[in-house]
Amino acid sequence: MNLHALTLHEAAEKLRKHEFSSQELTDSVFHRITQTDDKIHAYLTLCRDAALNQAKKADQRLRQGNNPPPLLGVPIAIKDNFLTCDIQTTCASKILGRFIPPYDATTIKKLRADGAVFIGKTNLDEFAMGSSAENSAFFPTCNPWNIERVPGGSSGGSAAAVAADQCLAALGTDTGGSIRQPAACCGIVGLKPTYGRVSRYGIIAFASSMDQVGPMTKDVEDCALLLEAVAGYDSADSTSVNRPVPHYTDAFTGNIKGLRLGIPKEYFVSGMQPEIDRAVRDAIRLLEANGARIEEITLPHTEYAIAVYYIVATAEASSNLSRYDGMRYGHRAPAADLIETYMRSREEGFGPEVKRRIILGTYVLSAGYYDAYYLKAQRARRLIKKDFDDAFHGCDAIVTPTAPTTAFKIGEKTQDPLQMYLSDIYTISVNLAGLPALSLPCGFDATGLPIGLQIIGQPFDEATILRVAYAYEQSTPWHKEKPGL
Amino acid sequence: MKYEPVIGLEVHAQLLTRAKIFCGCSTKFGSEPNSNTCPVCAGFPGVLPVLNKKVVEFAIRAGLATNCEIAPFSRLARKNYFYPDLPKGYQISQYELPVCANGYIDVIVNGSSKQIHLTRIHMEEDAGKNIHDQRSDSSLVDLNRAGVPLLEIVSEPDIRSAEEAGHYLRSLRAILQYLAICDGNMEEGSFRCDANISVRPEGSQTLGTKVEIKNLNSFKAVEKALEYEIKRQSETLSDGGTLIQETRLWDENREVTRSMRSKESAHDYRYFPDPDLLPLVIDKTWIEEIRASLPELPQARKNRFESQYALPAYDAELLTSRKDVADYFESAVKIYPNPKSISNWIIGDLFRVLKERKLDEQLYIMSWPLQSTQMAELVRLIDEGTISGKIAKTVFDAMLDSSRPPREIVAEKGLEQVSDAASIEAAVEEILAANPKQVSQYKSGNEKVFSFLVGQVMKATKGKVNPQKANEILRQKLSQPI
Repeated sequence: MNLHALTLHEAAEKLRKHEFSSQELTDSVFHRITQTDDKIHAYLTLCRDAALNQAKKADQRLRQGNNPPPLLGVPIAIKDNFLTCDIQTTCASKILGRFIPPYDATTIKKLRADGAVFIGKTNLDEFAMGSSAENSAFFPTCNPWNIERVPGGSSGGSAAAVAADQCLAALGTDTGGSIRQPAACCGIVGLKPTYGRVSRYGIIAFASSMDQVGPMTKDVEDCALLLEAVAGYDSADSTSVNRPVPHYTDAFTGNIKGLRLGIPKEYFVSGMQPEIDRAVRDAIRLLEANGARIEEITLPHTEYAIAVYYIVATAEASSNLSRYDGMRYGHRAPAADLIETYMRSREEGFGPEVKRRIILGTYVLSAGYYDAYYLKAQRARRLIKKDFDDAFHGCDAIVTPTAPTTAFKIGEKTQDPLQMYLSDIYTISVNLAGLPALSLPCGFDATGLPIGLQIIGQPFDEATILRVAYAYEQSTPWHKEKPGL
Repeated sequence: MKYEPVIGLEVHAQLLTRAKIFCGCSTKFGSEPNSNTCPVCAGFPGVLPVLNKKVVEFAIRAGLATNCEIAPFSRLARKNYFYPDLPKGYQISQYELPVCANGYIDVIVNGSSKQIHLTRIHMEEDAGKNIHDQRSDSSLVDLNRAGVPLLEIVSEPDIRSAEEAGHYLRSLRAILQYLAICDGNMEEGSFRCDANISVRPEGSQTLGTKVEIKNLNSFKAVEKALEYEIKRQSETLSDGGTLIQETRLWDENREVTRSMRSKESAHDYRYFPDPDLLPLVIDKTWIEEIRASLPELPQARKNRFESQYALPAYDAELLTSRKDVADYFESAVKIYPNPKSISNWIIGDLFRVLKERKLDEQLYIMSWPLQSTQMAELVRLIDEGTISGKIAKTVFDAMLDSSRPPREIVAEKGLEQVSDAASIEAAVEEILAANPKQVSQYKSGNEKVFSFLVGQVMKATKGKVNPQKANEILRQKLSQPI
């Protein structure tokens, strides 16, 4: 049996029935990585010894029974912008040097307590800035469905690892689409929770007002389980919200009768790959056939989202990345004086996209430009949020494509940052509005590349989007497809 | 032409919370370098700040005590700049919406009261300290202070002299000490001051070119630097020169200010609201709770001391400028109600001892060298005539650092004042017999020798005789024919 090919919930069930051990499961995953990762390059760091040790401990707990948590003994991959105590964390940047974190992110702490097994740290665009994982300072990750294609980004490593069965599930982060867009590109399920639903403590900050941690999984049930494991209030994160975490799988009734699904007309425009348009419309028809009511809605400020995002996110990033100064940890270039130390360390440590965003963010916060850019963007952001508030008066969830294209060729957009930024055109508004949204597979294009369907929910209503996604998944075969590796 | 200075002060007051402003690390002063640090205050990747509620409470206390409006909604903001002692590359401070605004304090200048207005009070985190190692030609960073909470208290440009600035600072410090939120130690840097100063022709209403002065480490430094700057600016203008907007450093040794940076090279701090911290919403009930818990403040207490104890303004001001001293005074007066004498002893003798022992640098003196009950008893012994004022000084010294009642010390050392006529007469007769020359000088009209003879009597009796009685008896004896 190919244990690595199991979903999280299947493995959890079989582990509890002692059909195999966590050590066997973990071994199988590492075997799969050995076989495939020289093609995919999903991982930056592997922690085989520590993982097998965790698996061994998990097996002891599994033997004791006592209703073990679903994550116990399950091999998980972690995007390399989560701080993992004693495991090197790079954020795919040279600026961090050989940084070994002295503490665990809150989400990592939770998974450790549940007994999850950490396989390794996955590749990403440097500081999570990008849509293709090509901005990694180390190497690009390839799409398991076609290794000449990007896996999407920034959580490209996590998406590729899940799609290639190099883990059972993975954690990603999403600031403008970084979970959903790679999930769409790699044919997996990815969910960005409501801002405040999951702790950001221990996540290397990119844009603090939008960053969220979320699950990247093989199916919707796994997504619910992993979300439940990491969600919840954290007193170490002032922006996390103190409200109970539902038992998400309870929403899996399969019944979406009468549920009102909004279709924003601004999201179906020219420029979208026709196969995506078709696949998403098919999906909408299927949902309607299952009893959902389809409502056309309008999100009139959608056209401003990318501009607003690249002002707000870069402003926050320019400040968040100031701490990488070569003083206390990470890369320090030898230099004659303080100013030169700062300049050379940062010049050598950051890649071009990160520099571009620091410069942009510094500019929009500068005296004389703050009002014209940053303040105006904040006002536009409120309008974008209000669009959604208004739309949710007439619907319970919103259905859109996740990305305008399927996975593009490696190198295709690296010379044109603006084209790259447009990859997030359908995902970015959700981050600006702080809403939960999920992407799940809804078909393939002519070349066999996966297409993603996005379902956007009301604040803290992850349950509804999971319910819609589950109902859709139950009546479609897409999630069962595997890339031929 | 005569020039008038226009001065505004910016005070940074370190708050006496046990924990730092955004993490649980200790704020203890003088610990091993970098021992009071954690990933949060050391600016590690991934960390997030959590605002210490006590800091907000202290800010509200300061705001209420200085007649400020407390903002129901305020924000923390990032001030971005690079420096090795600033681990995150930004300082979390407040910018557009400070927690307190539009206050004032009353300051007594030349006997009359003047209102100095406060623009704002805001919360922020302190930076660490760079230590320049001469031997290795390198710099070390100590982050113990990084994240220690500060209040920045900004005055309006209402101050018109160096002396007024000194009074303002002392009054402000007293308020913070009364509130028990800052120890006010300028030398250790827990109460720091930057000054903004410009001058303008007397009678003019427009403001001149402003200069900011930094590195003011004592009240004296503030006053001296301002005096220097008033003179420099007035002279420059008188000579037809122009001033530039700049930051100048006070050079303590040479007693001059010198240019540090011009306005053109000033930082652009790129302030923006900190997305890691929610807007601060302060509800009215909390403000009222804090208001109800405020102690009597220095100004009110000074007024009460003048009316209740009939003390001169000078005494009342000195006694109330420190809360612990005022408490000490009141507890002594409760035991023996002679306020003026007790005040004299505190201001004259106790202050000298406190200064010698550097106890006056503490916010609260935990162990007074002399208990207030003993101080009261000492004054009672003088008033009763048991000891003379002079002997009392000896008793005072003997009482320091002992809990023994003064009466016991007096008895043990035999220091009681001799007041009975027979003993004094005997002593006087002895002196007169031993100094016939001075006696005859006195009798031939030399008044001056009288005090010599009194001195001799006191000396012979070791100061124990009641001086008034000794005088009387001496005059009486000298007026008798031999």
